[in-house]
Amino acid sequence: MNVYLGKRMREIKVDVAIIGGGPAGLAAALSAEREGVKEVLILDRGEELGGILPQCIHNGFGLHRFKEDLTGPEYAQIFINEVKKRNIKVKLKTIVLEINQNREILATNSEDGIFKIKADALVLAMGCRERTREMLHIPGSRPAGIFTAGLAQQWVNLEGYLPGKEIVILGSGDVGLIMARRLTLEGAKVRAVVEIMPYPGGLTRNVVQCLQDFDIPLLLEHTVTFIHGKERLEAVSVAKVNSKREPIPGTERLIPCDTLLLSVGLIPENELSSLAGIKIDPSTGGPVVDERMQTSVEGIFACGNVVQINDLVDYVSQQGETAGKNAALYALGKLRHPKRVIKLKRGRNIHSLVPQLIFAQEKVALFIRVKNPEEKVRLVLGESIFQQKKPVVRPNQMIIWKVPFGDFKLDGVKELEVSVRKL
Amino acid sequence: MKKTDIFDILIIGAGVIGTCIARFLSRYKLNIALVEKEADVGFGTSKANSGIIHAGFHDRPGTLKANLCVAGNSMFDKLCEELNVPFKRCGALVVAIEDEEFKILEELKIQGEKNKVPGLKIIKDSYLFQLEPNLTKRAKAALYSPTVGIIPPYELTIALAENAKQNGVRILLNTQVKDITFQNDGTKIVKTQKGVILTNYLINAAGLFADEIARMAKDNEFTLIPRKGEEYILDKKREELVKHVIFPPPQKQTKGVLIIPTVDGNTMIGPTSEVVDDKFDLNTTKEGLQIVLEKVKKLIPVINDKDIIASFAGLRASSKNDDFIIQPSTRIKGFINVAGIDSPGLTAAPAIAMMVAEILKEEGLKLVQKKSYQPYRRWIKFRELSLEQKDELIKKDRRYGNIICRCENVTEGEIIDAIKRGARTLDSLKFRTRAGMGRCQGGFCTPKVMKIMRDELNIPLEKITKRGEGSNILWGKTK
Repeated sequence: MNVYLGKRMREIKVDVAIIGGGPAGLAAALSAEREGVKEVLILDRGEELGGILPQCIHNGFGLHRFKEDLTGPEYAQIFINEVKKRNIKVKLKTIVLEINQNREILATNSEDGIFKIKADALVLAMGCRERTREMLHIPGSRPAGIFTAGLAQQWVNLEGYLPGKEIVILGSGDVGLIMARRLTLEGAKVRAVVEIMPYPGGLTRNVVQCLQDFDIPLLLEHTVTFIHGKERLEAVSVAKVNSKREPIPGTERLIPCDTLLLSVGLIPENELSSLAGIKIDPSTGGPVVDERMQTSVEGIFACGNVVQINDLVDYVSQQGETAGKNAALYALGKLRHPKRVIKLKRGRNIHSLVPQLIFAQEKVALFIRVKNPEEKVRLVLGESIFQQKKPVVRPNQMIIWKVPFGDFKLDGVKELEVSVRKL
Repeated sequence: MKKTDIFDILIIGAGVIGTCIARFLSRYKLNIALVEKEADVGFGTSKANSGIIHAGFHDRPGTLKANLCVAGNSMFDKLCEELNVPFKRCGALVVAIEDEEFKILEELKIQGEKNKVPGLKIIKDSYLFQLEPNLTKRAKAALYSPTVGIIPPYELTIALAENAKQNGVRILLNTQVKDITFQNDGTKIVKTQKGVILTNYLINAAGLFADEIARMAKDNEFTLIPRKGEEYILDKKREELVKHVIFPPPQKQTKGVLIIPTVDGNTMIGPTSEVVDDKFDLNTTKEGLQIVLEKVKKLIPVINDKDIIASFAGLRASSKNDDFIIQPSTRIKGFINVAGIDSPGLTAAPAIAMMVAEILKEEGLKLVQKKSYQPYRRWIKFRELSLEQKDELIKKDRRYGNIICRCENVTEGEIIDAIKRGARTLDSLKFRTRAGMGRCQGGFCTPKVMKIMRDELNIPLEKITKRGEGSNILWGKTK
């Protein structure tokens, strides 16, 4: 509930305000400014721009967008340099406390105290947070030595500290895989990466480059069942799981370790979105958006991991540009109402799908995640309006499917299903 | 401390009981010390308390529990006002679903009235659902108790300790009692790993370990049974779940698994009740979580395990006869046991403190009020300020504009303030400021908080602990 936004207070007016200065927000700011709006303002809680990228010192960024293999900081710097050249304002170390449907923002920082921003258009680019041990309900004690993988990455890469020496990683998400390699290079012993599913959670290239190249065991269909240790972590119990992902009695064994990293998924940070009454899609955990990345509240746009968790930053930038451009058009009063809106429905083996609403005028890139891995399939729109063969689909690899909606006859159509079907 | 110092009173154990006694006695002209083996006050059983100020209808008439609970309950408004601790009389409902449970409600009401619990009422039908819209539609009736309240138990313990200290009590943390012997003149010699403390009167408020402390003094009168309780905390998003503390009809030795609306906005569910043999067994278990979920869903069906953001376990120090043990040792003059304080110990704490003062008087101690006694603990509590006040304060001190914990909106100013008030571990800071208590559980703010501690306390990051010796967060520098 918004407690304070109704009150009168100091107010700044801007054309486009962007909450979050990570890759999504940076791309949104640049494309908004390019559309010709005068006042673009980025608000970020960090001490520098770039979001999570400054701590991602490994390579693999920008292969799609720049056809170059960059590190996280390098990728971010390209955008940050551009933002500095343009007429874009930035407020760092600034926390947004509340937002509302009228695109009013209540924020605080040391410079301005507590203040209000009135934006003609608003872009949400708050990113995501990591799932914690508590959300998995892992039983046992509460010792020091349990870190989310991203927090450990921050300690190692930004602060220069090693969290521990004997490490178990639960979950094979990309950050976990990358940290397995990073900690090994720093002299720690990674005893195992434990994954509850029968396939790894992260990109295949990371499984090869971060685990296989360093002989780190990947225990598929296993999970951590108990945490041991009084003050500091002493060991974890690990067990094999059955097809329902439940531990199989008798398969439990103890792995001594002083550190447990959790790489068990990311959650879009939509506490602010909820304050503005924005509709959230339970399958993505993020706002329902149309092909312009506009949310259910007019004039509020969203992009990047706040909408859906992405594997690659390149896609985040792409969505940011779409959101920023349309936010600028909205602020300028140039964003026309669509002639028609078609809702995309999740069909067979589709876990999540963005955007959820399309206007059927032009080509739209759909960002799709499947539920289960499958081979020799096709992606199908509607009954068979449009389709594409796929040799393999996996939950850990987001599919980008460019669909030329303008080419189809869709008069009177209100809903279209997207599904994965066997060849 | 110098060896020649003889304290009038030494209290062992800085849980809510020890600190409450210390704070109450600090109004008198006495030289008082309080020793605690952990790195902070309230780090034992108190921090894991459910935070309910009970009305007193659960306890058998005539017991210490019944009398001290009802007496203690009535003292909380003043106590919390003086100490600046949030306290809310939210009321409670004991909910009956089955017909035979209705009888239990009537019995509870009679028992409560015998104990002089005010305002008990049995309510039925639609009024029940007006009071609690999320209550199971199967609910038939409830015992309504308006005097039940909620409080953050760790914050109360910290406040009591701070106020006691302000009034001259010496608090020695990380100080474990190893042995107790006696001089011929009755002076007690209390050996700790940090040195010897001499005292005339010794109060044993050592919680779970009070039986061991008593045995050190050759007083073998009681044994305590650790009874574990697991609690689960829900996201603030679920703040509207319940307005009152929701109880099932009680069972033997336990008030059952509850739904508790905390003052901070998180709903808490629990506790379980399981006798364990290990006084260090603070494990949460798969079974415990299942029991809690199953029981609370019977009362509030919309509760979802996906909303759990934190969990913990605590150990109650239960006595064998199910009542508090508050009495002078029959063998050693000037040695007072305050033991077996399980539920409703938190509620009874202020009344227990007064009872201990009476016992001390009977044991021959003179209690003379001192003029300088200051019952009020006052400081700027940033998160309770109005928007205008916050804005003004940020203008004066920019650190209050720098938010460190973004889940709970805790500022740099508040963290520095807590360090200045004595916080030395991450958990100490968490309990004082709420930094790290939110949904990300410190995922974002831990490095920032630790860097503030490093700078304020001038210690290297690798020396910073979660809750005292051995719980260091970091191993050391990278290559």
